[in-house]
Amino acid sequence: MSISNTIVVDGKVWKFGDDINTDFMAPSFSKGMEWEQAKKTILHIHEGFTEGVAEGDVIVAGANFGCGSSRQQAPANLKMLGIGCVVAESFGRIFFRNAVAIALPVMACPGISEAFNEGDDLQLDFEKSLVKNVTQGTEMQGALMPEDLLKIVRAGGVMAVLKEEAAA
Amino acid sequence: MGMTMAEKILASHSGRESVSPGEYVTAEIDVMMGNDITFADACRNLVDIGLTSFADPDKVVVCNDHRIPAMTARDAELQTRLREYAAQFGVKYFYDAGVGIEHTVLPEKGHAHPGHLIIGADSHTTTYGALAAAATGMGASELAYSMYKGSNWFQVPETINFVLEGDLAAGVSSKDVMLALLGKHTADKAQYMSIEFTGSGAAAMSVEARMTMSNIGVEMGAKFAMFAADDKTIAYLATRTDAKIEHFGPDADAVYVETHHMDCANLEPQVAFPHNPDNVKSISEVGDVPVQQAFIGSCTNSRTEDLERAAVILRGRKVAPGTRLLVIPSSQEVMMNVTKSGVLNDLVQAGAMIAPPGCGPCGGGSTGVLGAGENGIASTNRNFKGRMGSPDAFNHLASPETVAASAIEGKIADPRKYLN
Ligand code: SF4
Repeated sequence: MSISNTIVVDGKVWKFGDDINTDFMAPSFSKGMEWEQAKKTILHIHEGFTEGVAEGDVIVAGANFGCGSSRQQAPANLKMLGIGCVVAESFGRIFFRNAVAIALPVMACPGISEAFNEGDDLQLDFEKSLVKNVTQGTEMQGALMPEDLLKIVRAGGVMAVLKEEAAA
Repeated sequence: MGMTMAEKILASHSGRESVSPGEYVTAEIDVMMGNDITFADACRNLVDIGLTSFADPDKVVVCNDHRIPAMTARDAELQTRLREYAAQFGVKYFYDAGVGIEHTVLPEKGHAHPGHLIIGADSHTTTYGALAAAATGMGASELAYSMYKGSNWFQVPETINFVLEGDLAAGVSSKDVMLALLGKHTADKAQYMSIEFTGSGAAAMSVEARMTMSNIGVEMGAKFAMFAADDKTIAYLATRTDAKIEHFGPDADAVYVETHHMDCANLEPQVAFPHNPDNVKSISEVGDVPVQQAFIGSCTNSRTEDLERAAVILRGRKVAPGTRLLVIPSSQEVMMNVTKSGVLNDLVQAGAMIAPPGCGPCGGGSTGVLGAGENGIASTNRNFKGRMGSPDAFNHLASPETVAASAIEGKIADPRKYLN
């Protein structure tokens, strides 16, 4: 289970703008598709993303990332694509909760959009909320996540927390 | 120091005297709602780790509303799972296909009360804020967690106060007020915050009109979108629950992070353009926009009063050739009301297609989606690219009156000219 107290993510950046909604991450028109086909609809609004995204890549986004519906498939789809983390100016609150609930590392960091170009190498020390632009040699401090929420991510999500509790 | 409604509710549900914005609390939840998209997933998550009961099944409400009637065998089978899980976990309040959309049904059936803390695995759970409940959306895993534990973590939000003043003109409704607020303040203005709608304009609104506002509150990012409970709230719930319903509001010295005033008296009908609810124009700035489909439906704007107001526009008139009008009453109760009153007859006479109570095409799940290149106008809450059908369609949001007027003209139209 747990990834001890050091969740570190390192990956190539895909950049997105403001107000990227959950319908873009889990479109209703992909309902019923097999994964191989459905995954090509995820974040289809960014040219080149669906063809180019690789396991371990990360997302840097503008304000209000994940606004919209409560569908947990939105962060779950990003996780299934292999996205290592999302660092955004700010998040839609349900998306943020859902990401924590399924243990996708997410961090709010005002100014992040300016600090990265697409393709840069990003390194995130999730526990310290410290994000590095390895390509440009810069570093930024994001909002610290409260310990109770960190615990959920460390455990692997809320269902893993419940499972541990039930076993105890 | 005084508390806002959100603070009062989170304090009382976490056994505290008081709470302040930014604090995290673990709070007991009064009502937990799941639907045909989320409830079965939540239950499967529990069963997978060997958990087969809820803390209190009578606090769980389940609605089958998004993909009804089933269009594919797969949808029908998913709904079978839904019924099986509801039975397995002992859910008494299970509203199956046809009863209506969750956010119309929970208030109608008396599940949402002033002072309640409610979660739903659906973003528009904010709707119950119209009844002074602190109600918010979560995902399926968190629904599972909440149903099993009966509680969950909450961060106490800051509260933003929208003071509404002045009477709305004829043909202008609470939908227009909310779209205007969205256009002015944008889609993340209330991110993580609780909204309180106050002032004489809020007091003047009917409970149904308030539900429209609270529903779209989430398009501004809000966690809760609340009205104080007044005599109208008490009257609305009087026949719907045995519980004693009382006035409930913020303390007089509650602290708001921001306060904004809005004059409703001079407001025109509003239209949100593709592809975001905050891309809003006044009707006089719209120009010539032909529409192939006009849709009156959804948890935002398809209650009894909404259909009555649309019928006033459509009565004795016809839908334009080349345009289709789809009307989906949001619940069985609404369907019965408009059947009895003759409103349904007016709509059908005008050329409307009527579909059974449910979400319909709103979330792209059922009948009435848009094709590539088509323009739509809908009384719904989101016009995200690709949400209601093709990603190459163009959807607009407006009030039921404006949708009705647009159906008559075959292009986006001002409803006020049909009122005299
Ligand atoms: S009517 Fe639309 S917004 Fe409302 S619950 Fe259904 S799909 Fe969601």
